[in-house]
Amino acid sequence: MAKSGLLSSSLSKKYAMAATGLFLCLFLAGHLAGNLQLFIGGIQGQTAFNEYAHFMTTNPAVKLLSYLTYFSILFHAVDGVVLTVQNRRARPVRYAKERPAENAGWSSRNMMLLGTVMLVFIVVHMQNFWWKMHFGVVPTQMVEGVEMHDLHSVVMAFFGPENLYAMPAAGLYVVAMAAMGFHLWHGFESSFQSLGLRFDKFTPLIRGFGRTFSVVVPFLFAAIVVFIFVTQS
Amino acid sequence: MNFTLKIWRQDGPKSPGRMVTYPVTGISDEMSFLEMIDVLNDQLVRNGDEPVAFDHDCREGICGMCSMFINGEAHGPNRLTTTCQLHMRSFKDGETIYIEPWRAAAFPIIRDLVVDRSAMDRVMQSGGYVSVNTSGNTVDANALPIPKPAADEAFQAAACIGCGACVATCKNASAMLFVSAKVSQLALLPQGQPERLNRAESMVEQMDLEGFGNCTNTGACEVECPVGISLDHIARMNRDFLHAKVAKKG
Ligand code: HEM
Ligand code: SF4
Ligand code: FES
Repeated sequence: MAKSGLLSSSLSKKYAMAATGLFLCLFLAGHLAGNLQLFIGGIQGQTAFNEYAHFMTTNPAVKLLSYLTYFSILFHAVDGVVLTVQNRRARPVRYAKERPAENAGWSSRNMMLLGTVMLVFIVVHMQNFWWKMHFGVVPTQMVEGVEMHDLHSVVMAFFGPENLYAMPAAGLYVVAMAAMGFHLWHGFESSFQSLGLRFDKFTPLIRGFGRTFSVVVPFLFAAIVVFIFVTQS
Repeated sequence: MNFTLKIWRQDGPKSPGRMVTYPVTGISDEMSFLEMIDVLNDQLVRNGDEPVAFDHDCREGICGMCSMFINGEAHGPNRLTTTCQLHMRSFKDGETIYIEPWRAAAFPIIRDLVVDRSAMDRVMQSGGYVSVNTSGNTVDANALPIPKPAADEAFQAAACIGCGACVATCKNASAMLFVSAKVSQLALLPQGQPERLNRAESMVEQMDLEGFGNCTNTGACEVECPVGISLDHIARMNRDFLHAKVAKKG
């Protein structure tokens, strides 16, 4: 079984899970750095954000990274489902009495549930902005003689009073970020263990960094949404 | 002490099973959990009923036979404890106690609380050994220098008693803690080096074939293991297997 296929063994599937998961963490850091510009007010903020979006959609190196990101999300999700199905099959009859909280954290026991919430969010989120940017009609802004998509206005309008669904959308975004926080609370540290990177001195640092990351990054993403929602309405 | 026991009864591998409720009375708080079941079985036999079948052997915490999922935890509520070393004083008088067999596709039930753990033996056969020349002149075990920390850690890994509590506890019925202990106890020693990568590869392969689940790194196994086998060993096996996949020739 394991000898031939690269991904047929249980461990190889986990290496892939860990590698794609960690790559997606890098993606999140980059995405957040860009989004933080949405906190900047006025024409200054609008220009900064649109220049960033322009760069992200036109630069060839970023294009390559974006394809790697799409691939990682798909691969991570499919691999996660395969692992979860195999795990359920490994215990066909459950215990009458279970006390799972006695020996394992909640996040680690609910990675598939958390991942599913995130997947729903990713689909909705891509439809909301990515699809519009790539295939929809988007207003433009002239920046130093270059015509750019005005994604800033699209974002503001999306969470503004003219969108009937602004409130449920903002709600979904915030819930998804909470799910992401829990997913990474376990996932960040877990990916190092999957790759065998566990050492007395190094592991507490990984745990500390991972837990900080899992709280701060989703919090800031969600804060941006709440900030726009509140300032627009 | 008096207890209400809810015990999984199943006549044979293919028969349907169910939880059956039994009251037991007059239990001393100094009895071990197995002695408490002995008392129940004595009652059952006197009444002409079938006694509850359960695995046990040493009754001193070293053989790993006494597999029971008690009140939602492998070997019951105490840490670093096998069922035979669990005493009734760890329970409240009048408590209802659930007693179930290890649940895993790889551990088919033979009868009542007895499961077939030979999947673990097959994992061992697939690579859990060192090949040494035993013809004639015996090699002095101390002829090879071994650093003390390595010897200690190998010894810690070798403490695994093959009880299967890690599998029983894991939400995925994964055998990673067991297999990694068996990989580590040899990977840490010079005698284990020649077959190191093959060993990790073969044992993981056999583990997968037996139908154990994958590792989500929840860490439940480490908490429930009666001898405190550490997740460090799982990380070491993950490294060795990756090394084998990336670097091994042939
Ligand atoms: C930005 C998005 C995401 C990031 C950064 C991320 C990150 C991670 C990380 C770091 C791990 C730990 C890997 C390991 O244990 O080695 C993980 C595990 C997991 N992820 Fe994600 N993930 C993301 C999205 C998703 C999605 C959309 C799904 C949905 C289907 C998902 C499902 C899972 C599952 C099921 C596991 C646990 C696998 C297991 O060990 O059994 N993740 N994730
Ligand atoms: S690792 Fe611990 S729980 Fe698993 S079989 Fe060995 S002794 Fe039992
Ligand atoms: S009967 Fe041997 S460890 Fe419990």
